[in-house]
Amino acid sequence: MSRTFLGMPGAAPRSGDEGFPERAARALRDSQLRFNLRKATRTIRARRAGVVAELPDWAELRRAGKEIKDHTLRHLDTYLIQLEEAVTKAGGHVHWAADAAEANRIVAGIVKATGETEVVKVKSMATQEIGLNEALLAEGVTAYETDLAELIVQLGDDWPSHILVPAIHRNRSEIREIFTRRMAEWGRPAPEDLPDDPPALAEAARLHLRERFLSTKVAISGANFAVAETGTLVVLESEGNGRMCLTLPETLITVLGIEKLVPTWRDLEVFLQLLPRSSTGERMNPYTSTWTGATEGQEFHLVLLDNGRTGVLADEVGRQALRCIRCSACLNVCPVYERVGGHAYGSVYPGPIGAILTPQLRGMGSELDRSLPYASSLCGACYEVCPVAIDIPSVLVELRAKGRHHLAERTGMAAAGWVLERSGRLARMQRLGGRLRKLAPGRLPGPLGGWTDTRDLPPIPEESFRDWWNRTDGGRR
Amino acid sequence: MRVALFVTCVNDTLFPGTGRAVVTLLRRLGVDVDFPMAQTCCGQMHVNTGYRDEGARLARRTVAAFRGYDAVVMPSGSCAAMVREQYPRLTGGPQAPPGLRAAVDELTPRTYELTEFLVDVLGVTDVGAYFPHRVTYHPTCHSLRGLHLGDRPLALLRQVRGLELVPLPNAEECCGFGGTFAVKNAGVSAAMCADKVRNVLDTGAEVLCAADNSCLMHIGGTLGRQRTGVRVMHLAEILAATEAATGDGAERAASARRPGAAR
Repeated sequence: MSRTFLGMPGAAPRSGDEGFPERAARALRDSQLRFNLRKATRTIRARRAGVVAELPDWAELRRAGKEIKDHTLRHLDTYLIQLEEAVTKAGGHVHWAADAAEANRIVAGIVKATGETEVVKVKSMATQEIGLNEALLAEGVTAYETDLAELIVQLGDDWPSHILVPAIHRNRSEIREIFTRRMAEWGRPAPEDLPDDPPALAEAARLHLRERFLSTKVAISGANFAVAETGTLVVLESEGNGRMCLTLPETLITVLGIEKLVPTWRDLEVFLQLLPRSSTGERMNPYTSTWTGATEGQEFHLVLLDNGRTGVLADEVGRQALRCIRCSACLNVCPVYERVGGHAYGSVYPGPIGAILTPQLRGMGSELDRSLPYASSLCGACYEVCPVAIDIPSVLVELRAKGRHHLAERTGMAAAGWVLERSGRLARMQRLGGRLRKLAPGRLPGPLGGWTDTRDLPPIPEESFRDWWNRTDGGRR
Repeated sequence: MRVALFVTCVNDTLFPGTGRAVVTLLRRLGVDVDFPMAQTCCGQMHVNTGYRDEGARLARRTVAAFRGYDAVVMPSGSCAAMVREQYPRLTGGPQAPPGLRAAVDELTPRTYELTEFLVDVLGVTDVGAYFPHRVTYHPTCHSLRGLHLGDRPLALLRQVRGLELVPLPNAEECCGFGGTFAVKNAGVSAAMCADKVRNVLDTGAEVLCAADNSCLMHIGGTLGRQRTGVRVMHLAEILAATEAATGDGAERAASARRPGAAR
């Protein structure tokens, strides 16, 4: 099944020659993948719906979440400085990174200064976005993922396919196979005769990871939120592995997208309700870790990452994507994501949010990034579940207007526009169609053939509605 | 009350029976409906495919074509959502000429999808229809999540004599049409439709109805290709059908759009 993705350069998030439709076609042929995705997304979707329905004030929470984020983004310059001052005052070091290369350089520099060659990682989207693990490897530093699903992805030489559940495309027998085959190369081997039941798999991962936590001196994390008033970083997680990384090592480096700020602890209250219910479908996540600056004997570095965010902020419609709190509710409810999975989106941000975030962060220079805004039927399910009310369909339409279109399509759209601009032209085209109706082909030519591959065309009527109206005086004759 | 029918370009060109059914239905309910000839297309296809300027031109035409009516009725959830939700952003933004902005602001609250007009404006759910068939209803995305039609279509269908309404499993899921999405991402679109078709077949319904012929063209085209024998009908055609059985609805029910049998 998704073994086809293993080590294939085509699956790499940054290869952009191939558009979304081609990548999706490959995923659609994988029936095991579709089965895994369907089962997993539908389970989380139902769980989310259940816990959201419990809260009578969900709509108000959602509005509050949106407004807090909008306010913060509007005054981001002020809050970033406030955060920097607070972190510095609490004994942390703050670094500013304009792009991925600068962030990677900063992190690699800090790690190398410690003299260590191994780091443990807390699950983090920002560090995946900048390709930190690969950049560290090039500098002779090995980064070990400690989130269970990220571990599965890393051991399998694979790419994450979901924001919250990166190994959603894998089922348990595949995971057993990956553990058995690869764990020994990376550290403590999997037990012999490992069964594929979830508790046994989790126990194998636990033993494998414990050794790592106890022996590694540097940790790298992202963060879900940063509270500007106190300089506090916040990570929400389910397993406790994040907390091991955040507390045990001597040096902690956190890479934070600049849009992750909230002004005060009070604002956090809103998001600690919105996020777990939207993402895992839990009332509360098992572990919430917060830390402010550095504890005695430990060192803390905060890397503030722009990497395209300032550009997104300048776009009046597109900037709402920066409200995203990475809950992945939009992925779980998206009919397109459910059928193709995350790899088709060619980015660490898949699904509907990825379709608006990736082209804005990376630009629309590649075929893939230009095709992402079209990876949606505009059904609106994503907007409905988004806990910070990002109107994803509107941003998709906005991005479609910005991208370059193929010549054949431009010509067709211009012709259609010309016909529809005068009712007389439309009427003449309708009559022409009516006369030629018997000649209508069963298969449409060129790119339109996608329609007739699986669907019949409707018959063309002899008479249009407007001609009927004229002929019969609106049915009165 | 001066009522205009905005039939939409898809219905005008490919499904004139739906337009005739709306006229039949509204006349039966005592509404004299007009058809402004200048109307063509709301511009949705252009806007949603990334051709905003062409779409805005069509939107401006549409606004002008329906000036002066008390109500504009549309047998399409999708096009009604376009007018109500997207026009203000497209032609009524801060940069729009003041005259146009005012015209858009004036048109949008007078625009009704058919079931809204029946239930909210006319205040009827029993439209005197007769349709003795097993029917299931697919709430199209724009009528469900765009216009929030809610229970209106079902309330109307429940009052149709002889009609057995069966619920559609996972009804709220998109059928995969999505305008040019169906062509640009044909594979994903077909996979979505395959699931929709399976759900339709599970109901055992003879007829699938909806408030949008574009989605029905997609689902019906698949039902037809698979030779399922299930036919698709616009909601208006069911509501127009009566025991006298001479209306357009009955005519359509008898023959026209049995998928696969048409060509």
